[in-house]
Amino acid sequence: MQLKPSTGRAGRWLAPAALALVSGLYGVASRTDVLPEDRADAQASHYSGGGQDINGLSFLVRKKVGDHVSLSYSHLEDIVSGASIDVRTSGASPYREKRTQDGLTGEFLYGKTTYTLGVTHSYEPDYRSNTGNFGISQSMFGDLTTISMTYRRTWNDVFKMECLIDDKALNYPCVEKVHDPGFGKKDMDERSYGVGLTQILTRNSLIAADLEVITDQGWLSNPYRSVMYADPSGGASLAAEIDPSTRTSNALGLDYKYFLPWRAALDLQYRYFEDTWHIRAHTAQLGYSQPWRSWTFDTSFRFYVQSHADFYSDLFASANQQNFMSRNRELSSFDSLTVGAGASYQFKMPYAPFLSKSTANIRFDHFFFDYKDFRDALLIDPSKGVVAGTEPLYKVQLNVMQLFLSVWY
Amino acid sequence: MSIARRMVGLIAAVGLYLQLCACSPLEPWVKPYERERLADPIMAFDRNPISSAYMDHVFEVRNAARGGNGAAGGGCGCN
Repeated sequence: MQLKPSTGRAGRWLAPAALALVSGLYGVASRTDVLPEDRADAQASHYSGGGQDINGLSFLVRKKVGDHVSLSYSHLEDIVSGASIDVRTSGASPYREKRTQDGLTGEFLYGKTTYTLGVTHSYEPDYRSNTGNFGISQSMFGDLTTISMTYRRTWNDVFKMECLIDDKALNYPCVEKVHDPGFGKKDMDERSYGVGLTQILTRNSLIAADLEVITDQGWLSNPYRSVMYADPSGGASLAAEIDPSTRTSNALGLDYKYFLPWRAALDLQYRYFEDTWHIRAHTAQLGYSQPWRSWTFDTSFRFYVQSHADFYSDLFASANQQNFMSRNRELSSFDSLTVGAGASYQFKMPYAPFLSKSTANIRFDHFFFDYKDFRDALLIDPSKGVVAGTEPLYKVQLNVMQLFLSVWY
Repeated sequence: MSIARRMVGLIAAVGLYLQLCACSPLEPWVKPYERERLADPIMAFDRNPISSAYMDHVFEVRNAARGGNGAAGGGCGCN
C-alpha cells in the first residue's frame, strides 16, 4: 500500500495567515502586561494498568527577575516497570527503565508583548530528545484579546536496547543492557507551528482556541513493536513494523470557561485532530471546579475517539502484504473515557513567612480504553479453537494518582 | 475543504480585520473593573501546570492525537 506523501499543506497556508496577524499587531497600542506568578511545585505520581507501573517525581520553579523577565526550570524523573501487552506478545521479559527530562524557559515582557524561549532535554536509555521552542503573544483591545504564535523544533535519537546479561530468576531479568549495534541510531525530527487566540467574551466567560500543525520526519516506527500475520496452523507469526517516514498532523483545540453565579467554574473543551496517516480523532472534556472554604474540588470527564491509520491492521495476511504495516495499538481504532477528581487545600506554611500562599493537592484519574480492532493476542490458542483474528478485543483500565505541593512567594 | 484550511482562512480574515481596526480604537466591552470573576484562580486555563503537563504526556503517549493544547513536550516514554 502506498501512502500519499506528506505535503505540509496546512503549513503552507499558515504562512500568509501568520503574516496577516503579525502585520495586524503593529497597529495596536502598547501597554504593560503581566508575567506569570512566582511559584514552585513538587509532584509525585503513580500510573498503573495494562501490566505497567510508572512512578514519577517532578518539580517546577518559576521566578521573576526584575520587571521584564520570568525564568522557569522543570525536572522530571519517571521509572517505568513491568510489561505492556506489546512486550508480552513479542515474548520479551518485563523491564525497568528510567526517563529524565529537564526544561528551562524564559519569558520576556516588552510592553504588551511576551516572548517565550525554551529548551528541553529528555533522556531514556533508548530515546534522547532535544527541543527548542519560541513563542510570541500579544494582548490587545484593552486586554480582551491575546494572540500567540509558537514554533517548536525537536531532534530525537532512537536506539534499540538488547540484553547483554540476564538472570531469569529476577523479576526484571535483564541485568545489563546495551545499544543494539545492528539497529544503530535513527533520527527523528519534529517541527510544530501553532497559533492561538484567547478572548474574553463576557464578564463571566472566556474562550481559547489553538491551531497546531506538527510535522515529523525520520524513524517513526517503534523498534520493539511487531506486526502479526496469520500462519497456516491458526496461530500468528511476528515481523517488524514499518511505518512511513513522514507524518503531518493538524489539531484545533477550543477551551471555554464559564464562571457560575455561586462561585464555581465550568470548563468545556473540544479538539479535532487529523493527520496524513488518515487518523481522525475527537476529544471532548467537561470540567467543574468548586471552591469551599480553604478547599477547591475539581472533577472532569474526558471522552476520546479515534479511527485507525490506513496502514494499521491487527492481523496481516503475510509478512510482506504491503510496504507500510503497523500493529501499534495507539494507531488503531478505539475510544476512551477518563474520569478524574481532585482536591486542593490552601494553607499558610508554618515557619515560612516569605511564602504568600501554599496548597496541598491530590488528583486521581481513571481511564477506560476500549479497542475496536486491536485484539488480545495472548489469548490465541488454536488447540481450543481460538485462532488468530478471533481472539477477544483488548480492553484496559488505567489509574493515575498525583500528589503535589504548590507554594507562591 | 479541510478544517485546517478553513481555520487558516478565518485567522487570515481576523488578521486583516485587525489591520483595518488599527486606525480607530476599539472600546473593550468588558471593562477592567468588570473582570473580577475572570481573575478568580478557578478561571485559569492552567491552574496546576505541573499536573496538566503530566496528564498531557500521559494522553499523548496513549493516543494518536497530539497538539492543539498549547503544550510543549519532549521525550517518548512510550515503549
